[in-house]
Amino acid sequence: MTEYDDRILQAGPRKAKISHFRPAAYIIIPLIAILFQVYVPRFVDFLSYLELPLLVVVYFSLMRRQPVAGAVIGTVIGLVQDSLSQHPLGMFGIAKTLVGYFSASISMRFDVENNALRFILSFFFFLFHQVAFWVFARGLLGQNIELQIPQSIIFAFLNAVVAVPLFLIMDKLRVEEQ
Amino acid sequence: METFLSRYRNLSVLLALIVGQLLLLAYQVKAREDVRLIRLWAVTAVTPLARGIEWVRGGTGGFFSGYIFLRDVQSENMRLRQELGQMKLRNQFLTAELSTADRAKALLEFRSRIPSKTLPARVIGTGTGANSRVVFVDRGSNDGVKRGMAAITPEGIVGKVVAAYPMASLVQLITEQGSVAGVISQKNHVRGTLKGQGTPNCIVDYVQNEDKLEPGEWFYTSGADRIYPRGLPVGQVKMVREGRGGKEVVVAPSAVTGSVEEMLIVIDGVQGLIPEPETPASPQISILPPPPPIAGEEQRVAPSAAGEAAGANQTDADKLREKYRRIGESQGVEIGSPGPLADFNRNPPPPSAQQPAPNSTAQPGAQTPVAPRTPQGTQPPSAPKPQEPRKQ
Repeated sequence: MTEYDDRILQAGPRKAKISHFRPAAYIIIPLIAILFQVYVPRFVDFLSYLELPLLVVVYFSLMRRQPVAGAVIGTVIGLVQDSLSQHPLGMFGIAKTLVGYFSASISMRFDVENNALRFILSFFFFLFHQVAFWVFARGLLGQNIELQIPQSIIFAFLNAVVAVPLFLIMDKLRVEEQ
Repeated sequence: METFLSRYRNLSVLLALIVGQLLLLAYQVKAREDVRLIRLWAVTAVTPLARGIEWVRGGTGGFFSGYIFLRDVQSENMRLRQELGQMKLRNQFLTAELSTADRAKALLEFRSRIPSKTLPARVIGTGTGANSRVVFVDRGSNDGVKRGMAAITPEGIVGKVVAAYPMASLVQLITEQGSVAGVISQKNHVRGTLKGQGTPNCIVDYVQNEDKLEPGEWFYTSGADRIYPRGLPVGQVKMVREGRGGKEVVVAPSAVTGSVEEMLIVIDGVQGLIPEPETPASPQISILPPPPPIAGEEQRVAPSAAGEAAGANQTDADKLREKYRRIGESQGVEIGSPGPLADFNRNPPPPSAQQPAPNSTAQPGAQTPVAPRTPQGTQPPSAPKPQEPRKQ
């Protein structure tokens, strides 16, 4: 184990630092992310690849370090996203619930303030989200949709690139514990 | 039990959330109904914000163009540069306005032209999800929009309404994965089902390999899906090739090429007709002007010209018959009558001295007039006054 590994890999949950945010942040940030997804691609078409609500779920889950909180945040954001899509309610909801839960679980073991790890996690969870959605659409709804793997990998990379500075900005919104 | 739940609290909550959402999904799938309340809340919460953002965007543009730039104009030192910048911005603004006006005008013209009753709608947002191909429009159930209505533009079909809320509706674009439309090709009347792929192009399924289809051929709505009225343009065949289960046809939708800003919601569809394919313009037959008369040839064409003036035909057979008639007449022999034969090896008399046939104005096919039989060597009838050769 190198020193770098030691830094990334936490000794255990006891060392994990739980970040706190103002209650308004839990409403406003997801709302901005969803509005961005609803409004911005209308004018800048190529930005439609950005899955900001997913990045917000990943960020809050990583920083809260509580699987229950991560799952609940994922559920709420996912259901709102479902409401604004043509899919039945629950498709994005279940996918984001799992993302929230697992990202919070991972955050208990790693130093999630490391930018490289944030990049990798964002990349991984985007792919996980896309695959989960595809599995649910085929398995639960019987929809014959295709999983475009090369496109998903490119989108995952681009989302991960955006995630790093976005997480740094959102770090500023954290409330310091007294 | 309590110990189990507290021990596996995280997992229990996760399972509860997932099972809850699975039940929600199962209810929607089984009852074929939407959980309207949740959607209504979300859409009602988001669409006014989207409208607000749109309003702020327009207002900000107006503020900058109407106030900031006006102040800059008053600055003497920067006047020329500012004026230039202002003109450029104004030009961009007017170009955008003109484009909007053109689109609106085209939409109005199209609306008045089509028999279906339609409602103009404006896009105010897009659906959620990466690379989503659904859009929100500013017309909802309060305006009479219902689920399943078609959305069209003058360029072709855009999609269909998949959800109608009081103040907004969700339109699934034809390029979205899972969207379908019944189509028919314009030229060969090949029927098929247009399917969105989640890419800019669509495919047409259920086209037999035996069906004739060409790249560039237009597809129109067939009306078979009961959503899109028959006769609306869909797109052009981009690629066609034979496949295992049928032809593989890729169609480039004509209306969903870039970002769709405005559209018409078909409130009451009327089936139209598939327009006939435009036949290529008939090739212009180029006929050169007549060649200029050549001095030496004037005399050569004189007999035929004389004959033409007399109403004779100008075919080679006519000319030959006229020649033999003149030879026969010069020898006092009537062509075609029993009796002595004329010596056709002798040259006919020159046309100037030739008497035209008495009934040379006879129609083609009429029998050659019978000349009075005269003995050999008698003088032919006096030649009439020679005719001037007709110049072309």
